[in-house]
Amino acid sequence: MKKDIILAGVGGQGILTIAALIGTAALQKNLNFKQAEVHGMSQRGGDVQSHLRISDQPIWSDLIPFGKADMILSVEPMEALRYLPYLAPDGWIISNSKPMLNIDNYPDLEAVYNAIKAIPHHLLIDADAIAKEVKAPQAMNVVMLGAATKYLGFENSEMEQAINSIFARKGEAIVEANLRAFQAGTAQV
Amino acid sequence: MEKLMLLGDEALAQGALDAGISGAYGYPGTPSTEIMEYVQRSPQAAERKVHRTWASNEKTAVEAALGMSYTGKRAFVCMKHIGLNVAADPFMNSAVTGVNGGLLIVVADDPSMHSSQNEQDSRFYGKFALLPILEPSNQQECYDMAFYGFELSEKYQVPVLVRLTTRLSHSRANVVRRSSLPEKPMTFPKDPNQFMLLPAIARKKYKVLLSKQKDFLTEAENSPFNQIDFKVKKAKTGIIACGLAYNYLRENFPGPELPFPVIKISQYPLPEKAIKQLYQMCDEILVLEEGMPLAEEQLKGMQWEGTKKIKGRLDGTLPRDGELNPNLVAKALGLAEEKVMPIPEIVAPRPPQLCAGCPHADSFKTLNEALQDYGKGHVFSDIGCYSLGFMPPYQAINSCVDMGASITMAKGAADAGLYPSVAVIGDSTFCHSGITGLLDCVYDKSNVVIVILDNSTTGMTGGQDYTGMGRLEDICAGLGVAKDHIRVVVPLPKNKEELVRVYKEEIAYNGISVIITRRECVQIVKKRYKTEG
Repeated sequence: MKKDIILAGVGGQGILTIAALIGTAALQKNLNFKQAEVHGMSQRGGDVQSHLRISDQPIWSDLIPFGKADMILSVEPMEALRYLPYLAPDGWIISNSKPMLNIDNYPDLEAVYNAIKAIPHHLLIDADAIAKEVKAPQAMNVVMLGAATKYLGFENSEMEQAINSIFARKGEAIVEANLRAFQAGTAQV
Repeated sequence: MEKLMLLGDEALAQGALDAGISGAYGYPGTPSTEIMEYVQRSPQAAERKVHRTWASNEKTAVEAALGMSYTGKRAFVCMKHIGLNVAADPFMNSAVTGVNGGLLIVVADDPSMHSSQNEQDSRFYGKFALLPILEPSNQQECYDMAFYGFELSEKYQVPVLVRLTTRLSHSRANVVRRSSLPEKPMTFPKDPNQFMLLPAIARKKYKVLLSKQKDFLTEAENSPFNQIDFKVKKAKTGIIACGLAYNYLRENFPGPELPFPVIKISQYPLPEKAIKQLYQMCDEILVLEEGMPLAEEQLKGMQWEGTKKIKGRLDGTLPRDGELNPNLVAKALGLAEEKVMPIPEIVAPRPPQLCAGCPHADSFKTLNEALQDYGKGHVFSDIGCYSLGFMPPYQAINSCVDMGASITMAKGAADAGLYPSVAVIGDSTFCHSGITGLLDCVYDKSNVVIVILDNSTTGMTGGQDYTGMGRLEDICAGLGVAKDHIRVVVPLPKNKEELVRVYKEEIAYNGISVIITRRECVQIVKKRYKTEG
């Protein structure tokens, strides 16, 4: 078992939480993993990415080579496209459709969607709206994780266990909201 | 043993805690900040009362760590690569005094300048100071090298430089812990002259350091972290892979059999014996190193019989600058390049920017207004989030060089006759290296306006305390700035007129003015709201 995942988004959108959840689930399954994060200046509203690698074999590089990622999981549609050189020809691109409009020259949104739809394996969902529907507006990132879980080689129950362990210290209401968001995400697939 | 999920930074910190440190010192700087933050959060450190507060700057941090080592206790000091410039004085001299308790000087380099002004390679400092250098290639080595480094430091009574780079500092992986060691008892140095660098003693101490060089070499040649794989006896290319670069080599050849003879280097000085053997086995040597071409340059100076080709960053086989990755290494190895999808042209850059509601935004907008009659080019700035004041829509600053340089550059420009000459510096940066510059201004009665952007935290690195918190006015007054010209304003849109007026009044004053624009960082307010409700 080996999965290379690029997590993409804008600083502050919660991709490191997605990484922590997948990492916790991987550790529970006794898999090796490496996850390179971005800290520092880019976190201030700039583009951020994380390279997440899971394997039952030793993992050498902290960075995923170009053309080898099994998935780009993005919480913002234009950011999903920024990492296309990493995607394997048969890889999945799973993205939130809600744009983050903190720049003046954001491209035409339809053109962004079309570029995502041009990838053979794609899934585009409005995770912000779904999170609001299930009354978990802060958990857009966990909706995205739900949508991706099937393609990551994890059972839903394994991810739910990770959600329980990561959010436990924030109280039951937060755990419940994240579980609702996760389940709503899994229902999109 | 217990398995943890740790960043390279955190693995090093956990290793140092388990190796029995009594103190951790440092100043925040990407990518090193998480080392100290981990120790500060650690229940183990709290229980043992390990010293773990931030220092004013990297120089004071190294000196304090050296003082702890004087007492026989183990300590480490952590900083980013550029911080070692600030700490270069105690760093170089600590190599000559040597240590009593084990001392690790941990420096995280930032090749590709993800969050830095340059990409200097700290291994050159280690070589310059004639010290052993450890360069872990993965998170487990970060952990294990803390134990190993302290032993090495105490065995030879010298500080040991541990060099990390961004991709290891900020990458998380499984780390296996071992049982922890007790702290060392307090003991005076055996030699009462050890820390006395008077010339007559320093000359002797320097010879002692020189005499240890052959031992450092023997240690590197026998290091468990330097792996020699000569299963292939003869090949066109032999490979030297330093630190993280070894992973990129193995990413391309993950199997147990490598088609080349390879030396993996994680401890310096360079293991010359093995390198000479490699040189004799192959027609050419490819040097893979994350950072500047240190091993490559040294190898060029080691020419034994015959002249063989040395490939690496100097001959263009690899780029001269920037960090490595698996693809660059594949190309250097002559492997076929992957066909990859391009980034669609519609993708726009998304540079970092000041947060919504950031107090710096208000400080900059009003400063621009106050200066508009004088034209551009009057504002010297510094290192921090506020360096983003260079970007539109503010375009408010004209320099960002090194910690504290805003004040002293403004002074120099004022000396040359520039009027107005304005410095804009953050509160933490001011306490790091701005205070001495302000004293220069006081001494010279310079005509400068110094704006201290006080967001009550070290913002850029995620919100750390700093030594002068809550005492800025007292510090400025104590240095000799007239109290009437230490002004405090709150940078909020509703106070716009007041800010512009205060700036204008102090620009008009012929002398030193300090304007403190004080409002807490919005990220810190948000964080507190999240944790305290």
